[in-house]
Formats: sequence, structure tokens, C-alpha cells
Amino acid sequence: MSTVRDWAAPNPITENRSGLIGKPVDRYEGRLKVTGTAPYAFEVETPSTPLYGHIVSATIPRGRIAAIDVSQAASAAGVVLAWSHLDVPVQAQRGAKLNPRSQRGSNPALGSDRVEHYGQSVAFILADTPENARAAESRIRITYEASDADLDFGSFIDSAGPAPGEEDARIGDFEAGYSASEVTVDATWFSPLQNHAQMEPCATTAWWEGDKVVVHTSIQMVKGGQHALAETLGIPSDRVHLLTRYIGGGFGGKGQSYDDLTLAALAARESGRPVRVAYTRRQMFQATIHRPAVQMRVRLGADKTGRLNAMALEAVTHCARNAPFVEHAANFARNLYAAPHRLTGHRLVRLDIPHAGAMRAPGEAPGMLSLECAMDELADRLGMDPIALRIRNEPEVDPDNAKPFSVRQLVRCMQEGAQQFGWDRRNPTPGAVRDGRWYVGMGMATAIRGNFLLPAKAGLRLTGDGLATLTQGMTDIGTGTYTILAQITGETLGLPLDQVRVELGDSNMPPAPGSGGQFGAATAGSAAFETGMVMRRRLAELAAGDPRSPLYGEDPMLMDFANGNIVLGNRSESLAALASRAGPDGVYVEGSISPAADARDWSQHTYGAQFAEVGVDSVTGEVRLRRMFGVFAAGRILNAKLAKSQITGGMIWGVGAALTESNAVDPRYGSFLHQDLGGYLAPVHADIVNLDAVLLDEADDKANPMGIKGVGELGICGSGAAIANAVYNACGVRLRDYPLTPDKVLAALEAKGL
Amino acid sequence: MKPFAFERARNVDHALSLAAAAPGARFLAGGTNLLDLMKLEIEQPDTLIDVGRLPLADISETAGGGLRIGALATNSVVASDPRIRSRYPVLARAILSGASVQLRNKASMGGNLMQRTRCSYFMDPAMPCNKRLPGSGCSAMGGLSQATALFGASEFCAAVSASDMSVALAVLDAEVETVRADGSVRRRPVETLHRLPGDAPQVDTDLAPDELILAVELPPPPSGGQVWRKVRARASYIGALASVAVAGDRVALGAVAARPWRARATEAALAGGAAPSEAAEAELASASGEVGRKSLVRRLASDAIQESRKGGRS
Ligand SMILES: Cc1cc2nc3c(=O)[nH]c(=O)nc-3n(C[C@H](O)[C@H](O)[C@H](O)COP(=O)(O)OP(=O)(O)OC[C@H]3O[C@@H](n4cnc5c(N)ncnc54)[C@H](O)[C@@H]3O)c2cc1C
Ligand code: SF4
Repeated sequence: MSTVRDWAAPNPITENRSGLIGKPVDRYEGRLKVTGTAPYAFEVETPSTPLYGHIVSATIPRGRIAAIDVSQAASAAGVVLAWSHLDVPVQAQRGAKLNPRSQRGSNPALGSDRVEHYGQSVAFILADTPENARAAESRIRITYEASDADLDFGSFIDSAGPAPGEEDARIGDFEAGYSASEVTVDATWFSPLQNHAQMEPCATTAWWEGDKVVVHTSIQMVKGGQHALAETLGIPSDRVHLLTRYIGGGFGGKGQSYDDLTLAALAARESGRPVRVAYTRRQMFQATIHRPAVQMRVRLGADKTGRLNAMALEAVTHCARNAPFVEHAANFARNLYAAPHRLTGHRLVRLDIPHAGAMRAPGEAPGMLSLECAMDELADRLGMDPIALRIRNEPEVDPDNAKPFSVRQLVRCMQEGAQQFGWDRRNPTPGAVRDGRWYVGMGMATAIRGNFLLPAKAGLRLTGDGLATLTQGMTDIGTGTYTILAQITGETLGLPLDQVRVELGDSNMPPAPGSGGQFGAATAGSAAFETGMVMRRRLAELAAGDPRSPLYGEDPMLMDFANGNIVLGNRSESLAALASRAGPDGVYVEGSISPAADARDWSQHTYGAQFAEVGVDSVTGEVRLRRMFGVFAAGRILNAKLAKSQITGGMIWGVGAALTESNAVDPRYGSFLHQDLGGYLAPVHADIVNLDAVLLDEADDKANPMGIKGVGELGICGSGAAIANAVYNACGVRLRDYPLTPDKVLAALEAKGL
Repeated sequence: MKPFAFERARNVDHALSLAAAAPGARFLAGGTNLLDLMKLEIEQPDTLIDVGRLPLADISETAGGGLRIGALATNSVVASDPRIRSRYPVLARAILSGASVQLRNKASMGGNLMQRTRCSYFMDPAMPCNKRLPGSGCSAMGGLSQATALFGASEFCAAVSASDMSVALAVLDAEVETVRADGSVRRRPVETLHRLPGDAPQVDTDLAPDELILAVELPPPPSGGQVWRKVRARASYIGALASVAVAGDRVALGAVAARPWRARATEAALAGGAAPSEAAEAELASASGEVGRKSLVRRLASDAIQESRKGGRS
């Protein structure tokens, strides 16, 4: 196992001689996507004419199916088969694992008569067209026996239980420290249930080739999906060939497989035909995971100079009764500010609703909406500038575990951000700036998000045409993975980009953990880099050992790679020539990355500072973003354009969290109020004006050999808090119940007599 | 979606005879509302009569000095017409504040007027809803908060009209011209095209199934400023929490009733010399519903009236 010291040596990426690293290269598949020619899972070509499946969803939140009759649907026009739990083919029990090393257990569809949430699959119809499959739904007769269901998070918060296997993190004596503090803040925030709202619904096209099933599906984790389907069908995983080439948004919501995958595979086996199954827009809301609501109580105690003495963040969140999940909204607070007395922890409420799960920046996204506003309140109470308050509490080592920081440029982010944004023009008195009927204000917040490296592999083939093809069981969920892997491979081998191909999303390829937790680029990228290095050694040895090579007999260690050639002094040979002599298939190598043995000796995070200016309509309470700017530090940047897109996209998520996005469970029915993109309000273009971000120069040599870190989730962190703080600065109302919709803002304005 | 027959009307008479022959039929214009509802099986017509290619898209001057807008003129065309922009800016602005560019390029005058409510329980076929399934109950009452009617609601339904355009048309005293298969032509004010729910919320208007909207007629604009304001949770692509249209001394409110709501009490108070805030308050005296919504409408209407007096056009 390597150590971080091994990573510190210069390498082709850190030297970046051809300048591919950091270059703002366009996403190679961008044109395919915007012209509708990138085949998504539902659209891939099939070996013969496909059938279409439609899933029927439960309309009660909890209970059992007392009676169900699908026969009328089965005999409807165009229908090939209809299943309920009574006639669906046998599947392994939920969670079962034939192979103990499977990453995921069985995930049966229509597995029993039990209904555990509104929207759960209860029947399936297969027909010649999607229209016929859907039209037959009304011919299914279902009688439910409903049981009492716990649906309303708010009414169970007081009875929340401990999160399984977790204890509160306590350092010092919070209670004593807090009560001895000269200045305190004690307030509670609420972040509502949110949906991922991906554009592409979950979808699968499946067919069988003998005893092997081929599935094209929309999923962030190749191995997870392959294993889940194999376990569900009770077959070894090498009989499941899973492909996921293009994904129209995942955001954590496609970190697992759903019933489209299972039912497509079963129906394809049963019918002997290719089968396509997609979730409806409603099912995307109601039958996939969501970010749970979180209530967060923050207490801060400081002395008069603003030095924090005590800090607590206690979160209560919810999950589905039988699917434990904790939105770790308090965790980030452990590493952010110094304070001797600290308390953080989570409580959990179990409800009879769809499963809660990971959504982009799980934990930080809602969590920072509380603490970063509490810091603003504290600054206000102290009469201090919010940036000065944060700098006063900047720790020298990680306050949670006393580990040194690998690199931490949080203060620089705040200072550069303040300068570029024009923070000095902020009037600290709330309500002091008007523009016509608008109150105008500025706010800021910090951003912190962990950085991770997971084990991953990659394969690389160099062929006689001089083309290098990287293969990896990795996914590109729209973030640009294909493109950055090409940049890494090109730079490592000294090849121009048009001589590099990247193939992803195939369970037959060397495995990578997939996209999630902003670990994708660092993990898959490091594996690609290491594989490139294996290829370099291999090619150098081939040249040294091949009498036909001009480099014959030379020391492989001294050979270099540039412009498509292998070079030593003034002698060189093209990689194409070398590969063509190696055999008809060229040269193939595999490589891998694993976390360094001592990686955990450092505290490793990405950081940022967010600045927002908003207008609050004094008549109606509408809040509109006027401009937003962020400065971030996230290691070496592989592609300036893609990294910025990820960061600004994240900031926009924060705008949604602060101002528009929320869903609610109807306490009478268990259904979500919003089940389409017209009602679930993600920000639209008109909401986002003048939003920009910069990334500081950085290289984190403790992170991985390339010194890169993740950027996919950082942008969300603190973004919404900066907006809420700007709302306060604009009009003097502190709203702690997100999102800050016009009705809430107006009620608060009226309560102030405005 | 339920299977349905599709007919393309060759001319107005053909459309009307098709409609008379198929009582379960619906006219299809831009399809941006009807097709969505059909996919959700909220609308289940057995026949669609495509009127989209009928020659009803002209905008022309009327003898009385107003404008006649064909039922099939798209929302985009109407909002960008120079005559509308200069003489009826409140209408152009109201249209432009609705939906999105793509939808407005498809959406027609007639379809916009006839669009159904966006009450989220109406839009969810699994929920009780008297408008969708008479007698099943109203989920919005006692349900999760959303914009419900302040005026004219009944115990059976409190849904609001989702059309922004119709609020401006109502303040401009526009009329709708229709024709039936028997040749009868009728005119109705836009203001009262829609019924209040009463005990039959499933019936949105008193248009007969074979009654086709031909045009909307605008009388000459009233003198005085015109103002359009729409309050919404995001800056675009979402229905109003409340809206207000002011033209001269007339005021109409949107998203507060099953129809665009002419604030007659406000207008009377203004005529009697009341201050804008008092005038706005006068209308709300008869409102039912949430305090917060009432105060939003009061503030909005009052501010818009003040702005119109400055000649404002926002
Ligand atoms: C996501 C989304 C957001 C939206 N946001 C807004 C908004 O903010 N504000 C707003 O005002 N609107 C909004 N809309 C609604 C939009 O304005 C309507 O869908 C559109 O105006 C309908 O016009 P259409 O021509 O497409 O009608 P269609 O869908 O074709 O028809 C709608 C109805 O009108 C009937 N009809 C059509 N033409 C005639 C005719 N000539 N005579 C008699 N009946 C006729 C049809 O039979 C049908 O019942 C939104 C829609 C969507 C999908
Ligand atoms: S308000 Fe009207 S449309 Fe909405 S649920 Fe009630 S009856 Fe249905």
C-alpha cells in the first residue's frame, strides 16, 4: 500500500507539460446530448422489437393488498402480461445475498402484499406500446386494507430516537461552556424534504442472451446495480451485464437500482423479448429516494471578542420505517470552527413514507443552512463582521480530532471573495438599503465538504492506430467524467486528446465505485492516472526490449512521453508503431488506486466562501437573487470549465434550497404534494442572474497522486445560508424555516410592522 | 392515457359538426394543457378534434377602435404584437409572465382561456377532488397549503383559475366570441366566462361541448396607466400566488377565484375618492380564506393602483 509521501513526487499530471490538465475542454458528449443523439438507457437499440412495461403504484401509505385482480388488464389491447405480487416470478428475499461479497442485496419488486409507502410498486403491465401498458392500469382492481401510518414528521420530532449505531460527538463540556459564555445564540432551523428532480427518469432496457441478461439502466453505481439484480434474480453476477453509458442526472437518487431494473429483467425473461421500463415523473418523486426534512437546533456561545467557547448542532431527521438512513446534517460542524466545548449529533424519526436517502451533498446541504446562519446571528449580536468572526474562530488543526489539515484555504476564500464581491459595500444595518420597492442586502457563508478516495481500477489499451482507450466501470452522470478521464490519460501518455477514447458504464470493465459523494473524479481519475503510469512502464520496457525500436537497449526509467511519441534524448518512436508491433490488439494494461495507508492522518476537505446579494420585495415578500459569487479551494482543477459548471450548479442548488425547493407529505394520504417539475420548484434561468465562481490555485498532495479533490458537492454547501443571511441584511427578518417563500417573508415583514 | 380518436378539422363547420357528432370530444389547440391532463387520465376525451390549423389566428382592428384576436393566435404572437404592446401593455405583460417561451409558442388564445385549474389535488388522479370526480370530496380543503380562492369558493371547491392572460383581458373588458354547430354565435365577457364552483365544480364554463371559441375582442383601451404584477415563488415558469391587473380606474385580481376577479368594490371605492389601500381593502371585506393571502392581495393591489397613477407600466 502506498503512503501519501509516494504521491508527493512529481508526475506527468502535476508537471502538466502538454497543458491538458486544467484546460477548459468541452464535454465530449455535450453535442450528442443537446442534439438528442446520445442514447439513454430507455433508448438504446435492441436486438429485436421491444415491449414496454408500466408500473402501477400504491395509493395508500401503509397496509396490505387484501385483493388484487390483474386479469382484466392482462386481456386488454396489446397487453402481453400483467403481474401483481401473486404472480410475479420468484425473486430472492429482500436483502438476501447469495454471494456474501455482493455490494447490494436482493431488491425484489412486487415482493409481497405489504404496502410500506405511498407510490410503492404493486402491479406491472407489459404491452406492445407504452400507451397500451399505461391504459391498462385502470383495469386493475385493488382492495387495500390500510393500517395507521406515521406521516407527519413535525408531530414526531419530540419522540425521535437515536440514530442506529451512532452516539453524539462530545468534546469538552458543552453545557458548562455554553452557560459560561458571554454572548449566545440558540435557534432552530428547518430544512424541508427535497427531491432530486433529475431530468431523466429511472429507466431500463433489458434482454436475455441465453442465461445472461443484458441491462441498460440509469444508475450511478455499476457494480451496485449489477449485484442487486443478480441477487434479486438469484444468479451469479457474471450473468448480469449492466451498462449505463449516459445518465440524465443522478444527484444521489440513482445510487441504487429501482423496480424498473428488476421488472425489465424479469419481463424480458418471461416474454423472451427486449423490454423497456421507465418510471413516470410521478414515480420519480414518489417511488425513489428523497432528501429527508431536518430540524436543526444550533447553540453558540462566545466571548465578547467573538471567540467561540461552545458550539452545538443537534439534528432531527426522518427516514422510512424499514430503511434506516441518516441525513448527517451535523457532521460538517465538527471540522469547521474551533471551540473547546462541542456537541453534535442526530436523532431519527421513522415514518411510513418513501425511502429517505442520499442527495447531492448529503449532510452539508441542509446542515450548513443552520450553523452558517447562526454564525451570522452571532456576528450581528457581537457587532462584528461575519468574516472577521469566522477568521477569529479559524482552527489551526482539525477541531474534531486535532489532525493537521492537508491544506485549508478557507480564510483565503473568504478574503478573496470579499474583495471580488465588494463585501465592503455591505451596510451592516439591516433594512438600510433600498432600490425602489426592493430591500437590498448582502450575506455570506462558508463552505466545507469532505474529500474522499475509494479503491478503483481501470483498463487501458493502446492500439496500432495510436489510439489509447480507457475502459472503466465508472459512470458519467452529466458531470464530465468522460472528458476529464480523457484529459488525464492524454496528459499521462503524452497523447493529444483526439487520440484518447474513454469507455465507461459497463460491468465487464475494471470496476470503479461510481459517481457520488464528490469522490468520482478523484477516485476514477486516480485509477486512470495509475493505469496510464502502468502503460508508460510497459511501453518503455517494450521499447527497451525490442531491437526494432530506436530506443532498444536503453534504460526504460529514462524514457519520456510527448506528442504521441516515446522519447529518449533525440531518439523517439511513435506509440502507434510500438503498439502495432506488440500484436494485433496492441497493448493492454490495468491499474488501480487505493487510499494511502496514512491518508487518515490528515484532515482533508474542500472549502469555499459564498456571497449573495438579494432583493426582497417590500410589497409582496418575494426574494430574488441579484448576484452571487463564490471562491472555492478544491485541489488541482482538471478542467476549468467543467469544475466551474459543477460549482456554479451546486450554488444554484443552494439557491433552490434557500428560496424555492420543498416537498411535503400530505398527512392524510401519505402522498407528496408536488409530483412534477411544474410544482416542485427548482430554480429556473430567470432566478439565476449574475452568478459566478472562481477556484483558487491549489494542489492537495495528501489527497491522491494528482492532488485533485472533488467539486461536485462543494458548491451547494453554505450557498443557501449566504442567501438567508442576505435576506436578513436586506430587510431585518430572520427566517429559519426553509425555503424562504413569499408567504413566510411577507408574514415576517408584517410582524415587524413593515 | 386512454385510447382516443383523432380528427383534424378542415374548417370551422367541420370542427363543429365533428363536435356535435361526438359529445365526448374536445377541441385540441396547442395541446399544452389538454395533452398533459390526458396523460394523467384527468381528461379522457374519446375524440380529439384538432382545430390547430383553422384560420383563426389573425389579429385585426375592429370598427369600434379595438382589436379582435383570433382564438388560435399563439400567446407569443399576441404578446409581441406592436398594437397590443402599445395599446394594451397590461395584456402583453400578463401573457409574458405565464408559463415559458416554449409553452407560449404553442399555447393559443382559446386554450389559455379554457385551461383548467392547477390545484395540485386536481392534478393527482389518486386524490379525492370534486372538480375531477364529482362527489369524491375536496382534498384542498384541510390539505397542504397552496393558493386557494379568496372569492367565490363553495364548500365543494376552492380552486383558482391559472390563467394570467384572462386577468388582463377581464380588466380590459374583453369579450369572447363563440359559435355552435347550429350556427349560433354568442359573446360573453371574459370576466364571467368561467363559472363559480357552486355545487358543480366539475363544470368550468357554460360553453356547450360543441361551442368553439372564435375570437377575443378588445374594446379600445381605457385611459390611464396600465399595470400588471404577478407574485410568484420563483422568477418564471410558475403560476401566480396572486396577480393584479390595473387599467385606468379598473382593477382585476388573479389567482384568487375560479375566474379572473374584477375588483368591483375596489373600483367603486376608487371612484368615490378612496385611497388605494382603502380601495384594496374594500374588496377584501368579502374575501374568505387565509389572512396571509388576503394581506398579500391587499398590499399588491394597493401598490399596483398607486403605480398606475404614476402612469406606470410595470
Ligand atoms: C408547466 C406549465 C406552466 C404553466 N404556467 C402558466 C402560467 O404561469 N400562467 C398561465 O396563465 N398559464 C400557464 N400555463 C398554462 C398555459 O398557459 C396553457 O397550457 C395554455 O395557454 C393552453 O393553451 P393550448 O392552446 O395549448 O390549449 P390546449 O391544451 O390545446 O387546450 C386547453 C383546453 O382549451 C380547450 N380549447 C382550446 N381551444 C379552444 C377553442 N378555440 N374553443 C373552445 N375550447 C378550446 C381545449 O378543448 C382544452 O380543454 C402553464 C402550463 C404548463 C404546462
Ligand atoms: S379545490 Fe377544487 S380542484 Fe382542488 S381538490 Fe378541491 S375540488 Fe378539486
